[in-house]
Amino acid sequence: MSLRPSLLLYVARRLLQAVPLVFVIILINFFLIHAAPGDPVDFLVGTMEATPEYLEGLRREFGLDQPLPVQLWRYVSKIAVLDMGYSLRFRQPVFELIMSRLPATLLLMGTALVVSSIVGILLGVAAARRPHTATDHAATFVALAGYSMPVFWLGQLLLIAFSLHLNWFPTQGMYDLRAPSDGWGRIVDVAHHLVLPALTYSVYHLALVYRLMRVKMQETLALDYVTTARAKGVPERRVVYVHALRNAVLPIVTVIGLNFGFMLAGSVLTETVFAWPGMGRLLYEGIQGRDYPVLMGLFTCLSVMVILVNIITDVVYAVIDPRVVYR
Amino acid sequence: MDAPLLQVEGLTTHLFTDAGTVRAVEGVSLTIGRGEAVALVGESGCGKSMTALSLMRLVRPPGRILGGRVEFEGRNLLDLREEEMRRLRGGDIAMIFQDPMTFLNPLMRVGDQIAEAVRLHQGLDSRAAWRAALAALELVRIPAPDSVIEYYPHQLSGGMRQRVLIAMAISSRPSLLIADEPTTALDVTVQAQIMELLGDIRRELGSAMLLITHDLGLVAEYCDRIYVMYAGQIVEEADVGPLFASPQHPYTRALLKSTLGPDARVDAFESISGQPPDLARPPAGCRFHPRCPEALARCAHDEPPVIRPAAGRQARCWLLAQDAA
Ligand SMILES: Nc1ncnc2c1ncn2[C@@H]1O[C@H](COP(=O)(O)OP(=O)(O)O)[C@@H](O)[C@H]1O
Ligand SMILES: [Mg+2]
Repeated sequence: MSLRPSLLLYVARRLLQAVPLVFVIILINFFLIHAAPGDPVDFLVGTMEATPEYLEGLRREFGLDQPLPVQLWRYVSKIAVLDMGYSLRFRQPVFELIMSRLPATLLLMGTALVVSSIVGILLGVAAARRPHTATDHAATFVALAGYSMPVFWLGQLLLIAFSLHLNWFPTQGMYDLRAPSDGWGRIVDVAHHLVLPALTYSVYHLALVYRLMRVKMQETLALDYVTTARAKGVPERRVVYVHALRNAVLPIVTVIGLNFGFMLAGSVLTETVFAWPGMGRLLYEGIQGRDYPVLMGLFTCLSVMVILVNIITDVVYAVIDPRVVYR
Repeated sequence: MDAPLLQVEGLTTHLFTDAGTVRAVEGVSLTIGRGEAVALVGESGCGKSMTALSLMRLVRPPGRILGGRVEFEGRNLLDLREEEMRRLRGGDIAMIFQDPMTFLNPLMRVGDQIAEAVRLHQGLDSRAAWRAALAALELVRIPAPDSVIEYYPHQLSGGMRQRVLIAMAISSRPSLLIADEPTTALDVTVQAQIMELLGDIRRELGSAMLLITHDLGLVAEYCDRIYVMYAGQIVEEADVGPLFASPQHPYTRALLKSTLGPDARVDAFESISGQPPDLARPPAGCRFHPRCPEALARCAHDEPPVIRPAAGRQARCWLLAQDAA
């Protein structure tokens, strides 16, 4: 495996190609606002009693008295400088607000994604090496259960069992206010809070990766070049973990990338159940408070994240597979 | 006479599939002397590849070696521990496969794949192994070996890939080379080049070869002795000259007629009338009898004996027993 110089060019081109896509998303965003009944000012004001003059003033302030193309232009040029408006509820610029929630989500998702991918791959390989044994059947049954379990339900179950009854893990949030606020104490505290939500997140993904890996590994171990490796005297462990694994893992890379989007969507449930201060929880709060600028900002940011992960997935794939032609 | 390099007795390998037990290799016996080139011919599906894989102990489930002896340089390979067997594979016994497009790892550079074999068997460090890989590529006469060594398989033609597979197989100077239809997937001009190359390398290294093939023309040109296989069994053995001059088994006769006769075809096996038998339900008696133009009544229920009409010859047929009687 070698990094070809064209790889950098490929990344640059993919990023460039993503720009129009982001623009389309912003456009959809914009028209969604305008398709909604009433206008943002009605939502902002809500049930509050307001004089027509006050509403008029607000509309002028937001530029809502201007023709649509002018509004669109303003909207786009604001987003271009990362101005996504202001949240009255949180009393903070929306972009700043979202960015403050990003690390918590990335930490939770990243931990869940990495751990469950690695464990799923290793379990899948182990099962593929001993197909149709009791262990294989048991693992497949457990995976199927994990695969079909609703996230919020699993989250509640884990909470009840491990927090309320056993009292092993905290029920809520990311920090304990009584814990140290920096250094190792902080890391241990966050990790302690991380376990249950990360586990909740992982189960579905782990089951998915395991099932796919098991099938792909079985297929790959029957392929001709694996026979070649054995015929030249490569030890079985090396046959499996060097020759077969890299080939079998290629389709998994794509699935992990795709699954990122689903996990992001699922973050609303998990983060709400565990009061994890991330973007999913923010989305929930935004919906509850009808905080339009926050919701629209989140929509844009989440879309951009999905696009970026898509690009990262393709690049990882290209790094592993020399046959990929960059176009 | 020296003890033969490889002596196989009664080798039996079955595949236990959901559709039944496939009797792919059924009591196969064959002998290969040092430096000798021996052919194993037979129609597609008769068990040639399974025989080769059994010799290497590379049969995978649902297949299993049930019995027999595979004596190589005085040791029964079927008794070795897996680790000892592993050291022989790609070392003293190497294998070349049919389809160079699928038998190379697509994600590894050619040089890494050859060097891996070298490292495993000669305990060289990675730089020395890389140099040995380069030497192996030179030996198989790949043009511009120092750039090809950095290539991935998909950057090479079929003929080049087959050369790479050969380079890998010979990198540890094996005393036995098993070549399973090494040229079937290649076009005719490349076929000839590869066979010439194999001949030259064998002369240089003194390796014996078991050539599995469809092509009786190749056998006539490149082999000393021939085994004809039908439905999991060896039905005839002879030196190449006598076999072509006076085939003993009706199956061999049918093969030769279609290869050498006026309406000769490239693939002699397709022109023999009737279906090859299903190895999960082989016919009773002689396995060839449903297709045999000369079948006797007893061929349908009695297994024919192995007859040795002359030294170094054998055939499994009732007609010969009749002659002898
Ligand atoms: N993995 C397998 N599962 C089931 N049957 C198989 C498998 N591999 C080979 N066979 C069967 O075993 C028999 C011998 O196959 P093979 O040795 O590959 O034939 P040949 O190399 O002479 O064409 C065939 O009838 C084939 O259908
Ligand atoms: Mg074959």
